[in-house]
Amino acid sequence: MSSMQTVLSVVDLSKTYASGYKALKSVSLDIRRGEIFGLLGPNGAGKTTLINIICGIVTPSSGRVTVDGHDIVTDFRAARASIGLVPQELVTDAFVSVWTTVAFSRGLFGKKADPAYLEKVLRELSLWDRKDSKIITLSGGMKRRVLIAKALAHEPQILFLDEPTAGVDVELRKDMWEVVRGLRAAGVTIILTTHYIDEAEEMADRIGVINRGEIILVEDKAELMRKLGKKQLRLQLQTKADRIPDALADFGLELSPDGCELIYTYDTRRERTGITALLTALGDAGVRFRDLQTSQSSLEEIFVSLVSDRP
Amino acid sequence: MNLLAVRTIYLFEMARWGRTILQSIIAPVITTSLYFVVFGSAIGSRITQIDGVSYGAFIVPGLIMLSLLTQSISNASIGIYFPKFIGTIYEILSAPVSYVEIVVSYVGAAATKSVILGLIILATAGLFVPIHVDNWPVMLLFMVLTSVTFSLFGFIIGIWADGFEKLQIVPLLVITPLTFLGGSFYSIHVLPPFWQAVTLFNPVVYLISGFRWSFYGISDVSVGISLAMTFVFLAICLAAVAWIFRTGYRLKS
Repeated sequence: MSSMQTVLSVVDLSKTYASGYKALKSVSLDIRRGEIFGLLGPNGAGKTTLINIICGIVTPSSGRVTVDGHDIVTDFRAARASIGLVPQELVTDAFVSVWTTVAFSRGLFGKKADPAYLEKVLRELSLWDRKDSKIITLSGGMKRRVLIAKALAHEPQILFLDEPTAGVDVELRKDMWEVVRGLRAAGVTIILTTHYIDEAEEMADRIGVINRGEIILVEDKAELMRKLGKKQLRLQLQTKADRIPDALADFGLELSPDGCELIYTYDTRRERTGITALLTALGDAGVRFRDLQTSQSSLEEIFVSLVSDRP
Repeated sequence: MNLLAVRTIYLFEMARWGRTILQSIIAPVITTSLYFVVFGSAIGSRITQIDGVSYGAFIVPGLIMLSLLTQSISNASIGIYFPKFIGTIYEILSAPVSYVEIVVSYVGAAATKSVILGLIILATAGLFVPIHVDNWPVMLLFMVLTSVTFSLFGFIIGIWADGFEKLQIVPLLVITPLTFLGGSFYSIHVLPPFWQAVTLFNPVVYLISGFRWSFYGISDVSVGISLAMTFVFLAICLAAVAWIFRTGYRLKS
């Protein structure tokens, strides 16, 4: 089985709500089997609408979605059976036990009871000790895990995680990341929406950016970072400077506010980065430095740049 | 058909009923008992018989019908409204479950609860007055049909309601008055001719009349018309539910 095989296909999907608001504008997207796909976008970009249409919660205005070849409208049973959804909000029945709600989810998807499988899921999510606890007694982080357990209860091939770590502490976020990695290792395709760009940077194989209902970009994360990532070379000067020497004007340098660093921004895509010429020019100009370091743009910087560039 | 899903929702709803047993069973039984004490004993002692039936026994079918109607609506409307209110409806809508299966599950559970409650109230009534049922099959048929029909009606209210107030409006302002004015505590023949004619526009009259016929063989309107009217209301509710799911009204945006 090819790792590039498409498991979810979205073609020309549009959604206009009754209010006239166009949430999605002819969105097309392919998700590959077994990948973690990070869907990024600002608030109101259309992320949740896209997920809700795929999962059957919102009706599309036009377009087509297939899940493993099954149309979400005409063959909704097969399509939905493959999907698990962890919603953004912590929505659970408060007065039932963890075990009851997870078993309910499995039955709802037409799967016969399998206590051994549910036990495995609950153990992996560190919920087994709380299986008899009413959900109302759990912390927010534990409730989030319950939602993941519910989504996994019917053994889906595709898991949508809509802001899975919203409002959870740093330690729990890292635990969640481990859970997600474990799921991917088990062959589950994961579509992750998040406001935490570092989360996508940490987890995703590919990144999609959606803004104002349109997919702006879909790219392998590493390739995206390489293509759009700008690097900076920071030179720590031996003596403070009050201005950039005229001889270095062509390099577009910046001087740090304290006058101790010269900052050179360059593009890794260009054949010549200009570093050698800069270092030569620095020597010629008599500028001496104690140390140097390079840094690369984070995905967050790339994301902000992409979104803010659009009208 | 996803029978496992139907069974899962059905059992989940029945379990919810069990968790709220005080509100679901004991409260209606106590309320009905109070009706017997007030109407059956206090007022009934001053009324000898209606159509050859003691007043206490005469009001039993009406009281059961009152509970069936209110509880069917209440159970079904809460059953579907609550997942909407707390947001867990996402799970139902994203599951491989058809609309028919959703309705069968929720309405089936609500109707089951009502029938059980109706039988409990019937047994409770037996503690106050001697109970006699002429025709058990017809009595059960009316009980089941009424429970299903008004559970469907409650389901519609649950979908329509966007707040707890709306959940209560129809049962309190429409159903209860119609039941009280539908011959629960009297035969409509005791009304002046004009009001008798007006009362015939009240659909609950037909339910109570047919149901009472199954107990004592007496009715305000013929049992055939009662059954037909019940089926008409059932058909109207089914058509409304079909429209809701076809359009996604208040379920899907």
